[in-house]
Amino acid sequence: MPDPIAPEVIALSGVTKSFGGVTALRGVDFSLAAGEIHGLVGENGAGKSTLMKIIAGVHTGYLGEMRIDRQPVHFASPRDARAAGIGMVHQELAIMPDLSVAENVHMGALPLRKSGLLDWPGMRRGAAEHLANLGIDIDPRTRMGDLPLGLQQLVEIARVLFSGARIIILDEPTSALAPPEVERLFSVLRRLRDAGRSIIFISHFLDDVLAICDRVTVFRNGHAIATEPCPRINKRWIIDRMIGAGHEALEETYLTGITLRSKPDAPVVLQVEHLDRPGTYQDVSLRARAGEVLGIYGFLGSGQLELAHTLFGRLRASRGRIALDGKPVRLASTTQARRAGIAFLPESRRMMLFGSEPVFKNVTISILDRIGRVWLRPRVERKIAADHAARLRIRPPDVQRALRTLSGGNQQKVALAKWLTHLPRVLVLSEPTRGMDVGAKDDVTKIVRGLVRQDIAVIVVSAEPETILSLADRILVMKKGRIVREFADERVSKDRLLEAS
Amino acid sequence: MSEQIAVSRATMRLQGQLRNIAPFLTLLLLVAFFSIASDSFLSFGNLQNILTQISVTGIIAVGLTFVILCAEIDLSVASIANATGIVVAWFTVQDPSVTIANVPLPGWAAIILALAVCVALGAVNAFGLTRIGIPSFIMTLAMLQIAAGICALLVRGQIAYAVPPLIATLGSRSIGPVPWIVIVTAMFLLAGHVVLTYTRFGRYVYMTGGNREAAEYSGVNVRAILSVVMIISAVCSGVAGMLGVAYFGSAQQNEFDTYLLDSISAVVVGGTSLFGGQGGIGNTIIGLFVLGVLNNGLDHVNIDSFLKILIRGLILLVALVINVYAQRIRGAAGGTG
Repeated sequence: MPDPIAPEVIALSGVTKSFGGVTALRGVDFSLAAGEIHGLVGENGAGKSTLMKIIAGVHTGYLGEMRIDRQPVHFASPRDARAAGIGMVHQELAIMPDLSVAENVHMGALPLRKSGLLDWPGMRRGAAEHLANLGIDIDPRTRMGDLPLGLQQLVEIARVLFSGARIIILDEPTSALAPPEVERLFSVLRRLRDAGRSIIFISHFLDDVLAICDRVTVFRNGHAIATEPCPRINKRWIIDRMIGAGHEALEETYLTGITLRSKPDAPVVLQVEHLDRPGTYQDVSLRARAGEVLGIYGFLGSGQLELAHTLFGRLRASRGRIALDGKPVRLASTTQARRAGIAFLPESRRMMLFGSEPVFKNVTISILDRIGRVWLRPRVERKIAADHAARLRIRPPDVQRALRTLSGGNQQKVALAKWLTHLPRVLVLSEPTRGMDVGAKDDVTKIVRGLVRQDIAVIVVSAEPETILSLADRILVMKKGRIVREFADERVSKDRLLEAS
Repeated sequence: MSEQIAVSRATMRLQGQLRNIAPFLTLLLLVAFFSIASDSFLSFGNLQNILTQISVTGIIAVGLTFVILCAEIDLSVASIANATGIVVAWFTVQDPSVTIANVPLPGWAAIILALAVCVALGAVNAFGLTRIGIPSFIMTLAMLQIAAGICALLVRGQIAYAVPPLIATLGSRSIGPVPWIVIVTAMFLLAGHVVLTYTRFGRYVYMTGGNREAAEYSGVNVRAILSVVMIISAVCSGVAGMLGVAYFGSAQQNEFDTYLLDSISAVVVGGTSLFGGQGGIGNTIIGLFVLGVLNNGLDHVNIDSFLKILIRGLILLVALVINVYAQRIRGAAGGTG
């Protein structure tokens, strides 16, 4: 518990930040005490990261006031923030995997001898001492990339501290950690807190937040909704505040819940058994049925993306079996997966579209072998593409335009169109509606619904509860690489989904 | 308002065509310059010269165009040409004065074996690139050395002269006023163009070069495409090597060394993108003529022959600047992509 009279190290008042016409933060007040671990929770886009980027000096144009040690400050750059003692550890660690632990710890201020050469013994000694102070026992000569992720993260924290930070911002620090690693991280954090440092702990994992934080602030729609000391609150309390009451009509249905209707009697198209990929997912088994949309929900880094890429032969599983229509299949390449009848829409459009090529070439690339064995037939290609453009309402409908001149939502439809000429057996969609406006999302939902009626199995993988709820007939929840919960034939709402993950 | 849009669209289209227009204008400028600066440049005989001079480079450049369209590189082309040329001579009866322990075979067998050698060398390149994962720059650098080693072992510092009659005809004789080697080059260029433009494989080459990740996520067998491309490059080099030996009248170590730079220059000067996916045989033809006219024209004007090398370097630099610049304009005009 923080001392109630502990001085505030950071205090923000009335902070407002807009991007173009979109307001990301509205009059936010926030304070961080010395020797406090402060949890920050909220949905994606609620304003957590915007606030952290203001504190870290990344966003410089904002309204409102920030004080550090009661002195008003306005950082002009991340460098200013670092000089003021603020350090950030990002979810994707900024480490040098090929350098030693000692070098990573000293990165930014490598110790030199008088001759101007590196002081290697001094560097190793300094790193070892520093790590020991934090209760981390690693040989500083170890290559950084050889350490497990949990230890890499601790070294990164050590580096940030070593460079003089007394306020540390941790972004999703536990998302990729196994329970014992989480415990080790927490013991380091407690030690830091007891030494008077302040920590901001951003996470989707509410259990972790409740376990380590002294206070929690909940963000929603750019507001800091509530701040409470941890012992007084529980997971339920946080979820209620994260989701809140009174939304637009569409969201309403996801809050009160929708009823899933799975098809337990439909034939199994894709069967996955005990799939393992060390470090990303473990012991994943699932069945996708004809005419059913299977949703796989999990926070970023829960392994669901990697699972989807494995099903399309882009990543390899180290163990496990995959069967299609009852027959075992080997998915060593995307070509094998495509020939087997599996189609995949990756989470990023860039990953499957050719920006400078015309729309029709984008549509037909996956079916060229069905149009002609040796020779191209551009007229047939253009006809196929034009049909899809009309059916999927791609705007503008001119298929000879370069793809990159289309809007994001229309590009996504082109990506979908690739797989629609010859229907696959299984369609795997990764984040199919990310970054789309409501109209385009609706179109995608209709397209997917139409596909399911033609008896193919659809798998939707997403970290957005709304995406899953709007599409799925049955939902699997993944957490840290494992399937932890299945929802079928029951009412499910956003908060139940969040609670399960 | 709509006029503005029309204008900006026209500008955009023009910018998009920069990589095609710039080399063509360069060629016109060079031809104009040399025609004025020299009396002997503009003649039918000299056109024949230029065509013959760019032929060996041209055949190699066809294969390289495939490779560079895939955003890869093949540094072993000249070495493989040299090795294939030497192999075909090694399997041919030589004059008694040539003291290499060679194995004379019928002409057709020598040619088939020589082709097999270049296919094999290309397959090794392909294996290293696609299966082991060695970047093509390094893989083909090693192959450059390996093929040079094969040359050295076979001729041991000697020079062989005889090649099979078919090769001798195609490499050094003419049909009417047109040298056979020019006809062969034209056929290779035509075949390359047809494959790249009208076949499924050609489309895959462009798509793989344009966005390799997207090609893979579309289910294109990127490894197979790259493998075939490396082998095509080696076979083009091999054919160029055999005809080159006949054209030069001898087979010896290091006789193709300048062709590596010349063929890469031809492809890049022509405007094929070093980043892959843009360009084609049409560009390569223009590039070949730019280099051919430049090399030939500089001999027709009074110029320090040592300066020629510098001028060629500068032209290549300008072409590279345009190449990268054209790529950037496309990227900027694109927004998302």
